[in-house]
Amino acid sequence: MGLLATATTPFLPQDFATLVNPLWSRELRARVVSVTPEAAGAATLVLKPGRWSGHLAGQYVGIGAEIDGVVHWRTYSLTDPDRVSVTVKALGLVSSHLVSLRPGAVVRLRPAAGDFTWSDRGPALFLTAGSGITPAMGMLRAFRGRIPDVTHLHVARTRDEVIFGSELRALGHRLVEWHDDTDGLLSLDRLDDLVPDWRQRETWACGPAALLEAIESHWGDSPKLRVERFTPPALGGGSEGVVTFARGGVSRRTSSTLLQAGEDEGVLMPSGCRMGICYGCVIPLLKGQVRDVRTGEVHGEPGDLIQTCISTPAGDCSLDV
Amino acid sequence: MPLPAHLTPADIEAIGKELDAIRDDVIASRGESDRAYIKKVIKGHRTLETAARITLLGSLFPPAWLAGTTMLSVAKILENMELGHNILHGQWDWMRDPEIHSTTWDWDNVTPAADWKHTHNYLHHTYTNIIGMDRDLGYQLLRISPDQRWYSYHLAQVPMNIALMFLFEYGIALYDMEIGKAFTGKMPKAEIKRHLGKTWAKIKPQVLKDLVVWPLLSGPSAATTLAANVTANVVRNVWTHSVIFCGHFPDEVQEFTIEETKDETRGGWYVRQLLGSANLDGGKAFNLMTGQLSFQIEHHLFPDLPSNRYVEIAPRVRALCEKYDLPYVSGPMHKQLAQVWVQLAKMSLPPKQQPAHPKKLATSTKQSAKASEAA
Repeated sequence: MGLLATATTPFLPQDFATLVNPLWSRELRARVVSVTPEAAGAATLVLKPGRWSGHLAGQYVGIGAEIDGVVHWRTYSLTDPDRVSVTVKALGLVSSHLVSLRPGAVVRLRPAAGDFTWSDRGPALFLTAGSGITPAMGMLRAFRGRIPDVTHLHVARTRDEVIFGSELRALGHRLVEWHDDTDGLLSLDRLDDLVPDWRQRETWACGPAALLEAIESHWGDSPKLRVERFTPPALGGGSEGVVTFARGGVSRRTSSTLLQAGEDEGVLMPSGCRMGICYGCVIPLLKGQVRDVRTGEVHGEPGDLIQTCISTPAGDCSLDV
Repeated sequence: MPLPAHLTPADIEAIGKELDAIRDDVIASRGESDRAYIKKVIKGHRTLETAARITLLGSLFPPAWLAGTTMLSVAKILENMELGHNILHGQWDWMRDPEIHSTTWDWDNVTPAADWKHTHNYLHHTYTNIIGMDRDLGYQLLRISPDQRWYSYHLAQVPMNIALMFLFEYGIALYDMEIGKAFTGKMPKAEIKRHLGKTWAKIKPQVLKDLVVWPLLSGPSAATTLAANVTANVVRNVWTHSVIFCGHFPDEVQEFTIEETKDETRGGWYVRQLLGSANLDGGKAFNLMTGQLSFQIEHHLFPDLPSNRYVEIAPRVRALCEKYDLPYVSGPMHKQLAQVWVQLAKMSLPPKQQPAHPKKLATSTKQSAKASEAA
């Protein structure tokens, strides 16, 4: 332990450094540099992180915001290869909050991640819809001025609702725009006309879940297709489900508490008061949601610490134990 | 003492429902202002501690010593009471903030947070004031109730408690290691070693910080900074010891037997918390310095609600007590503290008749905790 860390124990030097600058914190933080309105109610946020280990065009970043006192996380595609910049449509709790921020506000950040990237520069097809344009925009900007062989089919409701519309049209790559309002809903049967050589191209697809499903079935199991989702799977609403204890690799269908289910399976569950008081039983949630038996509230995001003694599965879920 | 005879099972059930409603109200309204509160206290603590450490670099100058020592004492008290105790209770876990969470927080105290969470959050808060189950009743060392058995070493319990008061954080560390089990041979050697290792790993940096690093950084003021740091730790120890002893040991507070609480419902658990805790009268600053343990009753009813809300629900809890003719024990600190020390002195003397050994009914009591969970 270094001298500085010993002088501040049990806290970290960063805990005191944040008195001077909130970006010098333990967890990654970023300051909002600018918020610029885009088409279709979207806005681009440029962020200045306290520290940053870099990112590749096409990757996404986790952004956390405190809303009504609670930290909520969402992920957004990075839209600029050189800066931490995201373009957010004002839909949903976190996104609406982010577009309402003013320069100077501080948000939480997680390092960039994701393999929706384009490195080999072979013939490519970008197939994007709505705000699914964002990771493609990051990749296109990375090659600004010397864009390789790329065909870009973008779907939006109207011409005016194309996010980054004027920039896209000026890039000089082969852009095919499809506007639902005038062209009707896009059927992938039209693909042979719109992009005759689509089978030969490495394809990156990003858009609403329904479109991605259609694309996946159209491509079969072609290794040339990569998709990026930005909507979580449907919520489980029931009070029963299969709970998976990931480390032990055991699962159990149950309507009893997660703690009880784990114990019944012989999982080494931490426990305490068994009545929701002592927090001796909390375990991180990996996926799915749980139901608080006291309030009936269904909640949970990956990483949330769940009080297993007062939670039942709400649909299928998985715990890090 | 059994639950009050005038309460019917239906009353107890109704009290439970009313208290659940208070709890639900607070949970439904937790939000931005609560977050702002705890952030403000955290910032206040860090600012105060920084100012204290810097001031003490010149502690050779007596006014600097006095100002620095005062600030450091207050900072340590704030950290242990309003921050450490309450954050480790999970009161702020709802914010999902990894920097203010019961599983990640560590406090400025020699007790490892994980050990303390077990003995305090679980054992003490679940089995509050049940003789033979709540180890906090005298901390396995002191006899504070006539229903506890008397041993000859209790003759010395007043001086023992004075020593404990000055060294409170170390007493708690030993207590949380369940060191008693080691002396009575109930703990395997490997386990004792593991406990000692863990506790030493926590004590070492604490001691290095206050007794070595900051004095050395103070150069010519090394000796006076050392004295200041020791003083601040002792002030914190005396204060926390006093506040905590006022929580469950004053005269009107009741204890329970394992037998009485065997088939306890959630309502019964609530009533036991009500009768087994005592509040302290005071203002805003006093409440802050006690970590809101001046609302010990509310804290014991709702140990995981944010501490800043106890002041607002206290009138509702008091009204409920009046409605059901239950005592709501509250008094000024000097009076409560005097009662505690007088009681300790009385209990140090051998009783005319020894109380029976509390029967270890651990399994049945656990079952009742399960039953109340289902209720």
